[in-house]
Amino acid sequence: MPAIFTPKVVTANDLLHGDVVYLTADDQWSRRLTDAEVLTDEADAQVRLIDASARTSEVVGVYLADVAVSETGPKATHFREKFRTKGPSNYAHGKQEELR
Amino acid sequence: MYRYSDFDAAFVAERNRQFRAQVERRIDGSLTEDEFKPLRLMNGLYLQLHAYMLRVAVPYGTLNSAQMRQLAMIADRWDKGYGHFTTRQNIQFNWPKLRDVPDMLDALAEVQMHAIQTSGNTIRNVTADHFAGAAADETADPRPVAELIRQWSTDHPEFQFLPRKFKIAVTGSPNDRAVTRAHDIGLRMVRNDAGTPGFEVIVGGGLGRTPMVGKVIRDFLPEADLLPYLEAVVSVWNLLGRRDNKYKSRIKITVHEHGLDDIRHRVEERFALLRPAFTGIDQRLYAQIKADFAPPAFTRRDTAPFDLAYANDPVFRAWVDSNVTAHRADGHAIAQISLKAHGATPGDATSDQMRVMADLAEQYGHDELRVSHEQNIVLPHVHKADLPVVHATLKQHGLATANIGKISDIIACPGMDYCALATARSIPIAQEIATRFDELKLENEIGDLKIKISGCINACGHHHVGHIGILGLDRAGVENYQITLGGDHTETAAVGQRTGPGFAYDEIVPAIERIVDTYLSERDSAEETFLETFRRVGMAPFKTALYGETEKRAKAA
Repeated sequence: MPAIFTPKVVTANDLLHGDVVYLTADDQWSRRLTDAEVLTDEADAQVRLIDASARTSEVVGVYLADVAVSETGPKATHFREKFRTKGPSNYAHGKQEELR
Repeated sequence: MYRYSDFDAAFVAERNRQFRAQVERRIDGSLTEDEFKPLRLMNGLYLQLHAYMLRVAVPYGTLNSAQMRQLAMIADRWDKGYGHFTTRQNIQFNWPKLRDVPDMLDALAEVQMHAIQTSGNTIRNVTADHFAGAAADETADPRPVAELIRQWSTDHPEFQFLPRKFKIAVTGSPNDRAVTRAHDIGLRMVRNDAGTPGFEVIVGGGLGRTPMVGKVIRDFLPEADLLPYLEAVVSVWNLLGRRDNKYKSRIKITVHEHGLDDIRHRVEERFALLRPAFTGIDQRLYAQIKADFAPPAFTRRDTAPFDLAYANDPVFRAWVDSNVTAHRADGHAIAQISLKAHGATPGDATSDQMRVMADLAEQYGHDELRVSHEQNIVLPHVHKADLPVVHATLKQHGLATANIGKISDIIACPGMDYCALATARSIPIAQEIATRFDELKLENEIGDLKIKISGCINACGHHHVGHIGILGLDRAGVENYQITLGGDHTETAAVGQRTGPGFAYDEIVPAIERIVDTYLSERDSAEETFLETFRRVGMAPFKTALYGETEKRAKAA
């Protein structure tokens, strides 16, 4: 039996700033996971990934990350992705500082 | 200290000019990321979890005050006002922007620094004993050797696309502070029976996924044979090393798979071919470099201010007892500045702290600073009479923690707070252990105990050679920490043994506490160190303390 496809978002790092970005439904790159387009269909997700990967002048290291769907939008499920949404735990640097 | 020649300055300037153009071509789309990545890595630029990271080489950990001040300026101007000193005696900036990196590299070049070969499959920054040229127990200064190797290996045309990275460490002291047995090549400066200076060459050590203690491939290598011999070792591995599997590509695996005797034979054959090509220019260069590292003019002064402070100020005395080491010159001392204030990030210094350390080095330390692989800063040449004022200044800037070699002097890699390769966090674990044992006020009673933490199997935090090693892993989507005991990074190097199953994030600090309690109850006197106790009593009591009696009972049944 094929594995059940869990909801995903397209994520990458911004080419110039290096920070974490997420692909929105209108093909923008957002700094916030809550703005990301949630992909629930595997074939659709693969197409979105391929298209996003071609945007090499904007981003680096494009991949699909697992999310859980909540009322406030997608939420990271793996701890690595949770860190990517906010920044390091030893200083209030990164997104937690910029999005405050 | 070594000063750039015109050739060095022109070389670095040209590399920086090339990299500036490469960055421009990446931004304008002429270079893809696949094309750009190896170029940026050659210049020390990584893309990490939240940002780019620039790793700057501090050659054999040696800096002067102007260089330290420039690092502070770079931290303020292009980063977030701090830098992270690493286990390879380098410094990393965690938040540079791609467009700024060429300017950062130019600023480094102004003070004769660069980021070349701090990454990629090349010969990396050569590390050395951080007490080089100062330690009372030293027989020869490793820095000129390290500088010679740096010049030979930088942009060496044969060694720019090695099977994997290659790390060399040099020590000139019988007490190994450079972890030579855990490097691809370790060099111990020795003399043979006739009194001729040379090297014991150790090969195939390394940590990472498959930790190995290096093996002696040559008991005695005459000084003049060093570069051709190194070239022979690296070129044998360059052809033989596995490129099909990056986990098997390091020379430790090559030595393991082929056997030391086979490798030695191949190296000697290659060496015989290469040796005639080295006609003595390298030795003339070595002699010049040695002159650059002539000892400073040590003064003879009364040590009364030191004696007075030591007798009357318990805080100063505690700092001297833990952070100050014997110097070779009469009346002098080596002072270590701890970058491990309890609860702080191991190895981090703010730009203000960098400037304070630079000022102290300039005023009281013959303008020299060192970065230790244990992520502290060293003032290698301080007159004892100046130690009270040095200590008082450090205290004002949160730099006077008296914990060198103690349980809170923890090595920790950046872990998943920064590193894209990490599988778990290391920094908060280090912060919590240090804070906890500071609260318990047990640090001095515990004494000499090295905890080393890595946030992934690659072992940047040297966990295998920690007396207590902690390895952070991802177990089914949860951070999990494995413990090893009995590791040793010195001349009696040993890889630690795993205690058993790992611990969750919130269980790891209590687990370390149980290990330390066990040591305190098992040791036969306050003089017996953790490592000595572990070697005497073995793993059993620690296992029981960690996992209870269940395991024993299961085995008996």
